[in-house]
Amino acid sequence: MIAKQASRLTLFLLLAPAILWLGLLIVLPHVEILVLSFSERVAPRVYAFGFGNYLEFFTEPLYWRTFARTAFMSILVTALTLVLAFPIALYIARVAQGRLKAMLLLLCLLPFWVSELVRTLGWMILLRETGVISYALRSIGLAGQPVELLYNDGAVILGLVYGGLLFMIVPLANALESLEPAVVEAGYDLGGSRWTVLRRIVIPHAMPGIVAGCIIVFMLTVGNFATPVLLGGKNGLWFTEQIYAQFITRFNWPQGAAFGMLLLLLSSAIVWLGLRLTGQSLGTTLKQA
Amino acid sequence: MASSTDLDIVNVTKRFGSHAAVDDVSFSVAPGEFFSILGPSGCGKTTLMRMIAGFEHPTSGDIRIRGKSMIGVPANKRPVNMVFQSLALFPMMTVGENVAYGLTCRGVSRAEAEERAGRMLERVGLKGFGERRVTALSGGQRQRVAIARCLVLEPTLVLLDEPLGALDLKLREHMKIELKQLQGTFNTTFAYITHDQSEALVMSDRIAVMNQGKFEQVGSPRELYHNPATPFVASFVGETNRLQGEAAAASNGAIAVRLPSGAIVQGQGSGAAQALAFVRPEAVALAQDPASLGNLPNRFEGRVSAVLFDGAASSLLIDTTGFEQPVRAVLPQAGPLVGIQVGAPVHVGWTADAMKVFAA
Ligand SMILES: Nc1ncnc2c1ncn2[C@@H]1O[C@H](COP(=O)(O)OP(=O)(O)OP(=O)(O)O)[C@@H](O)[C@H]1O
Ligand SMILES: [Mg+2]
Repeated sequence: MIAKQASRLTLFLLLAPAILWLGLLIVLPHVEILVLSFSERVAPRVYAFGFGNYLEFFTEPLYWRTFARTAFMSILVTALTLVLAFPIALYIARVAQGRLKAMLLLLCLLPFWVSELVRTLGWMILLRETGVISYALRSIGLAGQPVELLYNDGAVILGLVYGGLLFMIVPLANALESLEPAVVEAGYDLGGSRWTVLRRIVIPHAMPGIVAGCIIVFMLTVGNFATPVLLGGKNGLWFTEQIYAQFITRFNWPQGAAFGMLLLLLSSAIVWLGLRLTGQSLGTTLKQA
Repeated sequence: MASSTDLDIVNVTKRFGSHAAVDDVSFSVAPGEFFSILGPSGCGKTTLMRMIAGFEHPTSGDIRIRGKSMIGVPANKRPVNMVFQSLALFPMMTVGENVAYGLTCRGVSRAEAEERAGRMLERVGLKGFGERRVTALSGGQRQRVAIARCLVLEPTLVLLDEPLGALDLKLREHMKIELKQLQGTFNTTFAYITHDQSEALVMSDRIAVMNQGKFEQVGSPRELYHNPATPFVASFVGETNRLQGEAAAASNGAIAVRLPSGAIVQGQGSGAAQALAFVRPEAVALAQDPASLGNLPNRFEGRVSAVLFDGAASSLLIDTTGFEQPVRAVLPQAGPLVGIQVGAPVHVGWTADAMKVFAA
């Protein structure tokens, strides 16, 4: 009896930091934000409960267009990242051996040793009108005058894909690694072409990893701030910018809170949809990630 | 030209670095034959099998299936199918999809593939299992799915890489018989590899004994058992008593081997200075009275040191004067020596024909 209580106490003490962490940093602010998002300013310094902040979102086209654009671009970025990461992960998991494998993973990790801001500035140095690529294009005669590669959707997508790649490669490589080589060989042995083996054996096996990677990359992309702002400039139009503007520029916290809640709703809805469409459960997916 | 063999291996060698995993091996397998390759772990069996399937490429030599060279033909274009040691069923598919997979790869329509897979499952005794996941099958059932998956494609040759290795003893005994029957009803050529001599002896029409990348002997199970060509085959296939000594002069066609203790045994074969002699336990006659072993050239007396009871495979170990190792004989379970106990004195003897002598 006492032993049981003692072990319960130990368990509680062990879990305490995690519970505190979750409670203080995640649950509490979100409850706060939720409450805040439902308060409307009725007079200076007087707030009342209401749905006004949410109504504002739907009536102002700039807001919901930015919102839809963010959702669409994030899905696009996730898909592109998946397509790019799959062959890399396949190589790391199935071809590379020993030191080469460790080196390749390290290579993927390397960009993350500098902060996101610096990484993005690096892209700016490459892409801007007076930047490296523009100069190179001119010097080999492919362009007559300086070319501006920054401040367009392409640049934003490039930066976001680059930032998401590692988070896609790791769960994918993990999933692919657990595929028994003999199963792949059996796929060929029974007459399957490369494409058939990929489609019917490798991809279904890697599905939990694919979904895990996509969820992570999607969440990181939707919530990204620096990359769309710096690489997209005025044309970036990312929803996080709207949240930032409400909180910091306009000092309209309730409106910002409503936007924050909407963004949370968006990521949750898309993740749920993704899980449903691929027939994966959150449990197996989390195991992969 | 129509070929009278399904598989021809011609001087095939496979090197990994400087190590020859398969060393100049040649053999042919006739249509409908159950051909086994028997050898100890690491002798190169899997490597040979993977070359036939197309997953490894021979360093030199040729592999022909129905007379057509397979060099440069990728694995998915060869008319052979393999049952892997781990079975390698597709866990992401149902049993039916596993069996239909090969058919759909060949462009058979989905409906027809499913129907043919269903019929194949019925033939291997898995009727109605089509919708199950492969993880929800017993070991023996999985085995049958792995074989059905190959047979449904009607291959020229089925390769089996120790497919019974993962099963428990009882099921293994059962699957041995079942495999042999399946091979008979489908009349497909099987190339089977194993390190278990009893599997090879029970199922095969012919066996090749492999050692360190080379074939020691190819023959029927009886030939290998009764007329081993090399000392390795004599000791690897079946239980045997092994004696080492010096070859001495022979009389009337037999050869004598002098053991270190000075005792002399007589057998058939040839031996230079050093010789190895082998005699099977079932060839060792036992008697309480030396007179009943009267005309045997090899007669010794000893004492029972152990009774190893194992049903029909029971044996006796007999400490025999002049021998370093106890002599193994079959435990008599009928006749005057029934119920013989440890410590009992006994006389052993065997004919010169039963003893094979090789140069060491
Ligand atoms: N890819 C490889 N690279 C280097 N050496 C290898 C490779 N594959 C096999 N070998 C070596 O070749 C030899 C034969 O291996 P193989 O797998 O054919 O043995 P086996 O007869 O199938 O053994 P087992 O009964 O244990 O399965 C072994 O010494 C092994 O170490
Ligand atoms: Mg092997």
